[in-house]
Amino acid sequence: MNSNSNETVKLSSSSSELELELELDLDRPNLEDYLPSGSSIQEPRGKLRLRDLLDISPTLTEAAGAIIDDSFTRCFKSNSPEPWNWNVYLFPIWCCGVVIRYFILFPVRVLILTIGWIIFLSSYIPVHFLLKGHDKLRKKIERSLVELICSFFVASWTGVVKYHGPRPSMRPKQVFVANHTSMIDFIILEQMTAFAVIMQKHPGWVGLLQSTILESVGCIWFNRSEAKDREIVAKKLRDHVQGAENNPLLIFPEGTCVNNHYTVMFKKGAFELGCTVCPVAIKYNKIFVDAFWNSRKQSFTMHLLQLMTSWAVVCDVWYLEPQNIKPGETAIEFAERVRDIISVRAGLKKVPWDGYLKYSRPSPKHREQKQQSFSESMLRRLEEK
Amino acid sequence: MGSASSVLTQYDIEEVQEHCSNLFSQQEIVSLYQRFCQLDRNAKGFISADEFLSVPEFAMNPLSQRLLKMVDGLNFKDFVAFLSAFSGKATTQQKIEFIFKVYDSDNNGKVSFNDILEVLRDLSGSFMSDEQREKVLRQVLQEAGYSKESYLMLDDFIKIQYVLSHDFLNCSLYCLFKKSVNYIDAKVGSQLGSFQVGTKNGG
Repeated sequence: MNSNSNETVKLSSSSSELELELELDLDRPNLEDYLPSGSSIQEPRGKLRLRDLLDISPTLTEAAGAIIDDSFTRCFKSNSPEPWNWNVYLFPIWCCGVVIRYFILFPVRVLILTIGWIIFLSSYIPVHFLLKGHDKLRKKIERSLVELICSFFVASWTGVVKYHGPRPSMRPKQVFVANHTSMIDFIILEQMTAFAVIMQKHPGWVGLLQSTILESVGCIWFNRSEAKDREIVAKKLRDHVQGAENNPLLIFPEGTCVNNHYTVMFKKGAFELGCTVCPVAIKYNKIFVDAFWNSRKQSFTMHLLQLMTSWAVVCDVWYLEPQNIKPGETAIEFAERVRDIISVRAGLKKVPWDGYLKYSRPSPKHREQKQQSFSESMLRRLEEK
Repeated sequence: MGSASSVLTQYDIEEVQEHCSNLFSQQEIVSLYQRFCQLDRNAKGFISADEFLSVPEFAMNPLSQRLLKMVDGLNFKDFVAFLSAFSGKATTQQKIEFIFKVYDSDNNGKVSFNDILEVLRDLSGSFMSDEQREKVLRQVLQEAGYSKESYLMLDDFIKIQYVLSHDFLNCSLYCLFKKSVNYIDAKVGSQLGSFQVGTKNGG
């Protein structure tokens, strides 16, 4: 990083890549509307004096505030259940629990999952290859089989899932959006209805599943880092929602896993398809295990193992009232409105951040806004007498 | 299953308290330690520049590059000492000393015309030209009885006695901690109200 920020700004604005990012930024809601700084800085008035010029304390206070606590980091903080094994008579009970969870529940669950996979594969492979001519029938069976294996997955963590509201139906021109905590969101929703989902391409065995089995329910994969993929995905999305035969489309517009206490900004892609948007709110009960998948800290396999060695995964799923874009509403306003609906239902706090900031730095635009208001105020006050 | 706070012993806390001239309470130091561990992702004992920049609110700050030079690679004790100017117990003089240190980037105990100019450049970016910045600075320095060649010492900073912003003078760790969160609470507060009504209706 360059120490001279003026130069940094100039450099970055000349690079075309960042310009693209700036353009994209214009589409997003104004970050300054949310940030505490906006409200705390009162317009200083009167003639500019040395002591005013030297006073950089508001900016410093903001920086210190960010170092001490910030709403972005909070979104991705794992909140494990409180340990309760801290004294002599609780400890033996906790130990019993560990023995039951690891040596009884876990093997039983592995067995359930294995049986599930045997049933699934022994029917899926013949159906997939023998029924080549009967596409409609094949799709229908494959759909039920995917739902079945997902139910086995949910059973393998003793999933206690309560579904509220009407079940999704298959019809064209609708898209489901849900808040995202872990990849298990997808499994939980999939066991009720075979959704086609838009997901980040994963490595390892998850990636293998993605490209073989989930492909058959119409799922679409992309690479977060590849800009080219964005257009291809957008086109696939548009094609998918037009077909009446296709499985309903499920999108996690946050684009990244959040810890189920907050919602980060929704990507607008799902909201500019011209479809009815059906919000789905998912809230996990953290009584036994934290369902947040912190992909930086653990692999998906470890995450699944953690779930499979816990007592149960408790969660509520709400299928909410379908929403349409209002006349005069932009895709972003629409996305924010749907985010409101989901956050309120699931009791999540909204933060103004783009979840992709996990992988990149904020664009210089936000800093430039602060610099601009500072400069304007300086120049204006210099002229005052 | 120990949480991060249990790692700090009473002795550790007292040592850190001494290091920051007792400007923080024990509870505050425990909270700061939790935050330190959160930012220090691979538990290496210090926070790198990259980890500081992973906080978007910090990365967006116009002075972040300048502050990074002061905080890069700090261990926990120095991290707390750095933040001590923001304690509610810090005196105005301590706060001014902190600001002086931000200006005095080469640590020679005096702030030159160029030092101030550089801070101004960070704050205004490309929205003021170099000539404009110099003009502004020269004018206000002159009015205060200094020239372009004079150095400002810490005493001058204290003498100038600029009115520190209300936030900075009265900020305690607690309010900094809660600031970002409260703000979000206020934003969604009205919605949460309607949420409660909604659940009542829903039975």
